[in-house]
Amino acid sequence: MRSETIAASVAERPAKAWRPATSETPATRRVLIAIAGIFLGLVLLLPLGAVFAQAFSGGWSLYLAALAEPDAVAAMRLTLLVAAIAVPANLVFGVAAAWAIAKFEFRGKSLLVTLIDLPFSVSPVISGLAYILVFGSHGLLGPWLDAYGIKVAFAVPGIVLVTIFVTLPFVARELIPLMEEQGAGEEEAALSLGASGWKTFLFVTLPNVKWALLYGVLLCNARAMGEFGAVSVISGHIRGLTNTMPLHVEILYNEYAFQAAFAVASLLAILALLTLALKTFLEWRFAGDMAGARGH
Amino acid sequence: MDIRIQKVSKAFDRFPALHDVSLSIRSGELIALLGPSGSGKTTLLRLIAGLEALDAGRIHFGDTDASHLSVQERNVGFVFQHYALFKHMSVLDNIGFGLAVRPWRTRPSGAEIHRRAEALLELIQLPGLGHRFPAQLSGGQRQRIALARALAIEPRVLLLDEPFGALDAKVRKDLRRWLRELHDETGHTTVFVTHDQEEAMELADRVVVMSNGRIEQIGTADEIYDSPASPFVFSFIGASNALKVTIEYGRIHHAGQPLALPKGDAAVPDGPAKLYLRPHDLRLTDDGAGAIRGIVTGTRRTSGTRLLEIEVGPQRERLEVEVPVSATIAARETVTLRPERWQLYSDA
Repeated sequence: MRSETIAASVAERPAKAWRPATSETPATRRVLIAIAGIFLGLVLLLPLGAVFAQAFSGGWSLYLAALAEPDAVAAMRLTLLVAAIAVPANLVFGVAAAWAIAKFEFRGKSLLVTLIDLPFSVSPVISGLAYILVFGSHGLLGPWLDAYGIKVAFAVPGIVLVTIFVTLPFVARELIPLMEEQGAGEEEAALSLGASGWKTFLFVTLPNVKWALLYGVLLCNARAMGEFGAVSVISGHIRGLTNTMPLHVEILYNEYAFQAAFAVASLLAILALLTLALKTFLEWRFAGDMAGARGH
Repeated sequence: MDIRIQKVSKAFDRFPALHDVSLSIRSGELIALLGPSGSGKTTLLRLIAGLEALDAGRIHFGDTDASHLSVQERNVGFVFQHYALFKHMSVLDNIGFGLAVRPWRTRPSGAEIHRRAEALLELIQLPGLGHRFPAQLSGGQRQRIALARALAIEPRVLLLDEPFGALDAKVRKDLRRWLRELHDETGHTTVFVTHDQEEAMELADRVVVMSNGRIEQIGTADEIYDSPASPFVFSFIGASNALKVTIEYGRIHHAGQPLALPKGDAAVPDGPAKLYLRPHDLRLTDDGAGAIRGIVTGTRRTSGTRLLEIEVGPQRERLEVEVPVSATIAARETVTLRPERWQLYSDA
């Protein structure tokens, strides 16, 4: 009699759908997803859409005219030039630094790792100012450089230098964890089989990191082309000479040439979207070959 | 190719890894470097290969002084514990790598490299796998490919660093036998590193037992097992028991009582010493005179025998004794033991 009542009370308890311990109720899930979605829409998609809407507000002909304007073309050229120098420079530096950090033990190694991250933690404006302090006409090296007629600050070399500085971590940061994880085993095997150091690098090390390298280069390039703060400080905003695309956008905007400003800005937005697409593709296709490809 | 290692030392960051090690390896010999981790066995192997630089001493390959030759110049075949196959290359390209990276004057043609790689695949009994990639192979297959890759450069010596360490027990046993056959077939002077004594004993012509950067003993499996040169070798090779004893006027005393032991060959001076006994060299006896007396604290059944755990003497030293499975001995029972064989080492 008694056991029957217990059984009955158990049966009367409302049936609750079983779910995994780490899962949430459907309602909670919907709310969380909605918050993320609305936030993304407001913060990311709406402004991005506005850029394109504004850029095409005058129609295709005005859009193309804004891009064909001589100062805009000069800015694009300069941006491409800066990226064409800064990206290979950081490619070489990144591979060398990652190689040194991942494969050798030496004094000051952890300091080097910390220093590589410095450009991420320093505000770009500070980086630009630092370069002015070194290369400006009243700076440390400025008078000496002036004597030889070399202009760095408020000229293209300065823009290239700060861009290299700001984008320095990208390649190295992608490679270091991957190369550390891979160790030196395959390299030692190649050397023991008679391969020279250069052939070992070319045939063994490089193929093992190629996707991570491409990933790092991609991010490095996006930042090199889009950098504003540091370049703005050191460039001097000389139209047609030291204006990169982001600086050109700002100048046009300040002159109330909204449509032209957003036309040039849309190119940078397209670059960003392309980078994002390629990055996603690399992550999806070669995740296993890019141990370090997380974050950023 | 014989290898002579003379008074070799090596330290890492002032932490000594090898002290004054000398070893002569005969041409065509299969040698095992055996020791616990940190004993310096892998360091010695990497020094022979030229993957590490010597701090002191010399290494000769035959008549050539190889001490300061680079790893490429030494022309050794090295096999790594974790295979170190080139992940992005097919099996054939892996095997042919050593030939393909030669300077163009000594490089065989592409067709010749291919032919030789195929022949090596045949030799390691994996024909037809040439177009696979390392990720598509089992551990045992990968290690055989790694060996073929090392053999492709026609090395002067073959060096293997824990070659079966990453494989499961069954594969390990098969590969062991296979390596022995391959060695007898190709006749390479071969040195391999292992921490598995069974593997060393079964595979090698001679075993080099190492500990703390020194060689403890060099010998055949019989010599190492039957006349261990030091307490370390005794306790590292096979199961062992140790009892604290004292020697007084040439006689062995345990816990104040003289032990009646058959005469051993060790000449140990008076004073504290350690008596080493193998579990299967101890016999249960009814004659208590001069025997070791202890209390059974537990029994364990292993595959072919029964192991008794016995506490001996006032210090409750623990002994393990092997008895036949049929023996019926209960816990807390007092037993007397007589060693048939033993080793004595001075504790001074």
